[in-house]
Order: sequence, then C-alpha cells, then structure tokens
Amino acid sequence: MSNASEAPTPDDGLRLMESADTGPVLAADGTPLKRSLGRALRRQKLRALMLIAPLLLFVLLTFIAPIADMLFRSVENQIVSDTLPRTVVALKDWDSTSGELPSEQIYEAAYYDIFIAAERKLHTRLGSRLNYELTGASSLFRKSGRGLDDIGEVYQDQFEDLNKAWKDGETWAQVMGSDAWLSEANSWGKSSGKLAPALELRDGIAELLPKTAESYSSFANFVRVDDGDNPASEDPWSLVYAALWQDLTSGADVSAYSGPNADLLQEAASAAQDFESISFTDGFAEIDEDWVDTPIWQTIKTYSPKYTSGYFLNSVDMKKTPDGPALRDEDQRIYGLLFKRTMFMSLVITISCIMLGYPVAWILANLPARTANLLMILVLLPFWTSLLVRTSAWKVMLQQQGVINDVLVWLGLVGDGDRLVMINNQFGTIVAMTHILLPFMILPLYSVMQTIPQTYLRAAKSLGATNWTAFWRVYFPQSVPGIGAGSILVFILAIGYYITPEIVGGTTGTFISNRIAYHISSSLNWGLAAALGAILLAVVLILYWAYDKIVGIDNVKLG
Amino acid sequence: MKLTKTLLATSALTVAAGAAWAESHMSSEMTLVSWGGAYQASQQKAYSEPYMEMHPDVAVVWDESSNEAVAKLRAMNEAGNVTWDLVDVVASDAIRLCDEGLAMEIDPEEDLAAAPDGTSAEDDFGDLLVSDCFIPQIVYSTTFGYRTDMVPEGVDAPSQICDVFDLETYPGKRALEKRPINNMEWALLCDGVAKEDVYDVLETDEGQDQALAKLETIKDEVIWWSAGADTPQLLADGEIFIGSTYNGRLFSVIEEQDQPVAMMWDAQVFDLDGWIIPTGLDDAALARVKDFVKFATDTQRLADQAKYISYGPARASSAPLVGQHADLGIDMAPHMPTDPNNAQNTFLYNYEFWADYRDDIDAKFQAWLAQ
Repeated sequence: MSNASEAPTPDDGLRLMESADTGPVLAADGTPLKRSLGRALRRQKLRALMLIAPLLLFVLLTFIAPIADMLFRSVENQIVSDTLPRTVVALKDWDSTSGELPSEQIYEAAYYDIFIAAERKLHTRLGSRLNYELTGASSLFRKSGRGLDDIGEVYQDQFEDLNKAWKDGETWAQVMGSDAWLSEANSWGKSSGKLAPALELRDGIAELLPKTAESYSSFANFVRVDDGDNPASEDPWSLVYAALWQDLTSGADVSAYSGPNADLLQEAASAAQDFESISFTDGFAEIDEDWVDTPIWQTIKTYSPKYTSGYFLNSVDMKKTPDGPALRDEDQRIYGLLFKRTMFMSLVITISCIMLGYPVAWILANLPARTANLLMILVLLPFWTSLLVRTSAWKVMLQQQGVINDVLVWLGLVGDGDRLVMINNQFGTIVAMTHILLPFMILPLYSVMQTIPQTYLRAAKSLGATNWTAFWRVYFPQSVPGIGAGSILVFILAIGYYITPEIVGGTTGTFISNRIAYHISSSLNWGLAAALGAILLAVVLILYWAYDKIVGIDNVKLG
Repeated sequence: MKLTKTLLATSALTVAAGAAWAESHMSSEMTLVSWGGAYQASQQKAYSEPYMEMHPDVAVVWDESSNEAVAKLRAMNEAGNVTWDLVDVVASDAIRLCDEGLAMEIDPEEDLAAAPDGTSAEDDFGDLLVSDCFIPQIVYSTTFGYRTDMVPEGVDAPSQICDVFDLETYPGKRALEKRPINNMEWALLCDGVAKEDVYDVLETDEGQDQALAKLETIKDEVIWWSAGADTPQLLADGEIFIGSTYNGRLFSVIEEQDQPVAMMWDAQVFDLDGWIIPTGLDDAALARVKDFVKFATDTQRLADQAKYISYGPARASSAPLVGQHADLGIDMAPHMPTDPNNAQNTFLYNYEFWADYRDDIDAKFQAWLAQ
C-alpha cells in the first residue's frame, strides 16, 4: 500500500509544472516540451494540408476563381475609359444636368478617341456596351466609325492639293521621326519576323506640333503592332492631317524647324490659315443628330468611372441618371418580380417535397431491409434519369392533349372543351421541379430516420401516448435534422434551376436564372448577369446564415 | 511540239507543286460549329462530305453549339484559346460578333468563289452580305403553320397574318416566340400600321405600347416557345391551332412526318444564316478554313443544300439549280421561302433596328410577359 502511495501520479506531474522554480518541462531531446509539442502539431497540420492540397487547389482554380472572376464583372467598367480616354477626361468639367451641349474641346477629344478606336475596331464593342444603357448607342458608334473619316478628309484633301508630297507616308515619317529611327525603319523587312522599330520622335517636334506628334505616334504604333507593317512607309490616317491643321493654325512657329521637308511645312503653315475648315461639333452632327443631343454624352459621363454600380442598380430595377439612381419605368421593372417569384416558388417546391418525401422516407425506414432496398430503387431510378427526359415527360403528362387531361375527359370528370391548363404556368413548374428534386429530400430523410430506433415509439405508446402524440412528440423531433438537410438541398438547388422552368414554365413560371441565362448567352450583357448572380448568391448565403441562427447548422444531418 | 510538251509538263508540275505547297500549309483538322439536327445534316451532305472526298486527309469535326456560339466565342476569345474554325450563326449574331471583334472581316472578292457565269461573289450575294464578317448560306423565314383539322367548319383556312390575332374566327391556342422580334412587327401590322411605317412606330414608346397592347388581346391563348422544335411538336400534338417557327421545321412536319399541318406564308420574316470565321486563328487553320469556305459557299454547293432542307440558297445564281428533295423526290422550289408564290408579302429582319432596340424592347417585353 505504501509503495502505491509513493508512486508518482499524473497529478504530481501537474504540480511539477506549476512550480515555477523548476523551469520549463523538457522533452526527451532536451527542448522545452511546449516547443516540441508545437512542432509536432505543426508538422501534423502541414501533412494534413498537403493531403488536401490537390483538392483545395482544384476547387480554388476551377470553382472559386472563375466564380470570383465572373462576379467581378458586375462592377467592372473599364471599357469606357479605356476606349475614350481623352473624352472621359474632357467630360469631367461638363455639367451633364445643365442641358447644354458639350464644348468643342470635348467633341475634339471624342473625335481622336473614336477615330483611333475605330481603326482598332473597338468602337463597336463600346457601342454594344453603351447600348445596354442607351438605346441606339450601338448603331451610333458603328456609324461614327465610318463617318469620322469625313472630318479628317476635309484637311487631307487640302494638304494633298497643296503639295502632292503630303500624300506620301515617307514625307510624314521624315518630318515626325528621328533620323536614327528612319534609317532603322528603312532597313526593316517584314520577312524578318520581328516588329518594325518603334517610332522615335524627332527632337523638338512634340513641342512644335504636339497634336500631330501624338496622333502620328498612335498611328505608327497601330501600323507597327496591329498591322505588322512599317510605319515609315504607310500613309497616315486622315486624323493626322486634322491634327496638323490644328497645330498649324494654333500658332506653331514652323520657321524654327529645320529638319527634312522644312519647306513643305512652311508652305503648309502659311496656306493652312486659309484652309476650309469644319468644327468637330459640326462633323459629329453630320454623322448623326444624336451626337448633338445630351443623352449620349450623359451616358458616357455616367459610365466613365472604371467601376460602376450600374449593373447592380439595373438588377434591382433601377438605373443611373445624371441626378443619381432612380427607379426604372414601371413597364420595364422585372427583376424584383422575378426574385420574389423565384423565392416563393422555391419555397413552395421545398414544402411540397417535405410533404411528399416524408411519408416515403418513413415507409422506407420502417420496412424490412430487402423490401426497402427494392423500393429505394424506385426512388433512385428517376434520380438517374436525364433531367431533360423527366421534364419532357411531364410535358406529355400535363399538356392539354396529354395523358392526365385525356384520362379526365375519358372519365367524364372534365369536358372535352375545357381541359385543364396544367403546364406553361407556375403549376407545371412546381409539379415538375418537385418531382425532380424529390430524391434530394427523401435520401437525407431516409438516412436520418434509419437511425431512430423503433423502440422509442413503442416505449412512448407503452407509456400511454396515442399514435399521434408518439409520432409528434417522440419521432418527429428526431427526424428534424433530416428535414433540415433535405430542405437546404432542395431549396438551394431550386433557386438556381433554369432548364425545367424554361421548358414548362411558360411566362408565369420562369425564374431569375432564366434571365441570367438570357444575358449570358443571348444579350451578352455579362455585367448584368453577374450582378443578378451575385444578388442570388448573397440571398442564398443570407438564408443559410438565418437558417443557422434559427435551426442551427449542427442539427443538419446528411446521413 | 517537244517544247510545248516540256512547257506543259513544267507548268503542270509547278501547279501540282503549288497545290502541294498550299496543302502542306493548311491545317489537317477543322472544327465546324452548327445547329445540329436536320440543318447540320444538310450541311454535312452538301458541303463537308464532298470536301472530304477531295481532301481525304482532312478531318472535319462538327460541334453543335451554334445556339450559344456568341457567348462561347466571347469566352474563348477572353481565354485566348479559340478552338473553333468556322461557326454557323444567324445574321444578327454575326453582326454582334463583328461588332465585338470576335469575327474576322472577309473580302467577298477574294475569299468567296464567283458565280459560274462570272458574276462576282459580291454581286451574287448582293444585299445579303449584311455584315463585313458574314458569309451567308441560306435564307430562312419565320412563318406560321396551322392544323388543317382544327380550322372551324364553314371558315376559310387562315391566309393572312391578322388571322393569328383573330380569336373569334380562329379559336384555339397559338405559339409565338418568347422574344419581341417579329411578334412586335406582326402586332403592329395587324393594328393598322402600314408595312413601311412599322419600324418608325416601333421606335417610339407609344408604338411599343401599341404593339404590346395588340399582343395582349391574345396573350391568354399564347404558348411562348424558345426552341425551334417546340412549335412543330405542339402542332403535332394538337396543343395549338397555329404557331410560328422556322419554315424548314414546318416542311419536315408537313412533308416528312405527314401531319395535318399547312403553311401560312403571309408576312413571313426573312432572316439569314451563314458562316463567320472567328478571329485569332493561326495561319494554317485560317488557310484551311478559307479553302473550305470558298468551296462550301460556291453556287453548286449552296444549291445542293436545298436537296436536304427547305431553305433558300443565299446566292442568286444558286436558285435555278435547286432540284428535288434527296429522299422524298419532290420539287423543292415551291417549298422555298423565296418562291414567288410564298413571298407575296414578306418582311426582312431589320438588323440595324434590332441591334439598337433589342435590349430596351426586350426588357419591356419580358416585363410584360411576366405580369
């Protein structure tokens, strides 16, 4: 006995640790136990992480990243400022609510931007983008791409009439480019497989002819990169002629210039004052009257920031206006209705699944295993059948000349003239989707019910409970985790369904996902689709959070 | 004599060598995208099978993705990996793809074959070259088919577009496409708007409301379709009395499946379907595709396609060559939407108008549908 009492107990160890004066507890290798333990744990965690790393990476790369990228489009709006950089800056000072037209400087900036965009074939893309906000923008930009040539050609023709040399790309290259660049460019051949040498401006030319230098640089860069040609031998855009005219008439002192073709430039400078000219505003007005109206400029200004709330406003039936967000016209409001309908119908479908699935799961759980397995196949069989087949089968069943109506008419319950309308409406969608989603309710219910011992019910009854009380007070509470799991599965699946509503939903049974699909594949308004999707995702997460608060996610059992 | 022979031999060699050189610089595989079903089958028989006979080394892969071609092409382009070489799309999509820079501009003179009589491709296709990127193949139309056994007794069969809106004379369900295009025009036509004014009216809010109000009169009786196969099925089931769809689909219901259905061509809307070449192909793939397109859109090939499906060839020079159906042996010309008897009153899809107004009117139309 005494030996036993002297033997060290775990308590002794604790007491030892608590006594500070003994120093830290050491592991066998002499390092402090705490550190050694930490190291071992860290290694274990790392090993666990490495085990799941492939899956984690896979999910990140193929699931999370694409979703994040897609959702990011709901605010992304760089296209406007990327395509019209000068215009966006120039429009900053324009008061879009004043009702006044933008100034000549803004038209000038727009001329340069749209001209270059048209050469790079980007203007129509911007047109489609702005057409989501302003009807007619699409054709306005398409037309302007062609029409803007007319403005520059006014000057191009006059320069060329003045001296044929201006027709020649080389004349321009000699004036604008440095000598080193010229000799390099002249020895370049397309067959070399490399890009032509990048333009290096002649010393001082950028100060002397700023607009010409800028537009010629854009031109040279375009020819070099996009066309893969040599800028030194290509004839410049009509835009460059307009820029030169602007520079010459705004007091450029070309007598200071002494490079090649100085005589040409001086001749042009004195003649340019008398050139026939056209204001950019008039040039735009000639292309389309819409350019001399405020809506297009308001739209460009409203959508000029790199990020926009426009798509999100759009998906809650609002729009951006110069005076801030405003509700859309009543006859264009649709998304609020569709969100509400999607929620409501998903809820109805979930409830119908509980009502139909609960008794089935109960029977399955209480039958002998052999019979239960046989019946289980009946539940799983539709689960394994193609979604499209099941939906189309419901069409055959429910349509007016379909099986159910035919039987009802044959039985004399319904007259041939007034067959029931059971498809292409909410009813059809709810029936078809309940059927399709039913296995997702039955399976978790079944696996939870299987774990509830039969003896509990018998015990309740032996203690005097009626059948109902025994079920409601004893059995049902234990099956709630199964209902929870099934409901979450069914509801979340239902909310994102789109094939079935599309086929059997008609006009009153369609979901928000049908509009998302439309914007992704037909209207190409991916920003709006992303915003609608983001809202849908947020709603699901909020509902999930609420569910966790109210029911508790710990109570959900999938098996 | 000897010299001529030598010359001939050398030139023949040069030609052969040239052809071999060209051939070796073309990709030996090509992915074509189309709509599937009878339409794609007609393209395979008329275009790709004869082409593969001429070029046995070329493998042609077909993809049935034309339905979502615009979205997929955009996604491929963003990912920088375009895996399609030639895509069959309707003209309005071609215009959009061109606008977005996703389709390549073509030069009809250089890229397309001239007609046998020497007419240039540009003149032969004429106005149907609606976009710089679009190579038309067929003219199809959206028109109506009705159940002949459901026409009320003592009433003439429906013969004009406004019969669709006449519920008193022609009771029964109708099928219309679940989008504003075509439906808005038909509604206005039957609400007293003259044909030439339709788009001027439709530009205005009042005009759009007017069209929707007219559609409202039959809204309860309409089943809205979104796939071209819906209306033929609904007609075959007797679910509807009259419905709109593509004329080729109706042809197969009437002639191939022998259903009691007849055509109503009045106010049919012409539309075009054709090829686009995606941007971003490498040189070898591009060379192969251009070679194929030149062959597949020549006068004889377009005429051949009409043997298998009742869509009109897009070349003027192909029309006289249209013969009989390959299996049924019936004359195809009377089943073409462009046949003078059928084309007495027609509409041409207004591409420019719908490119601008599509988003706006669609929002209104969908809101109206949902209410």
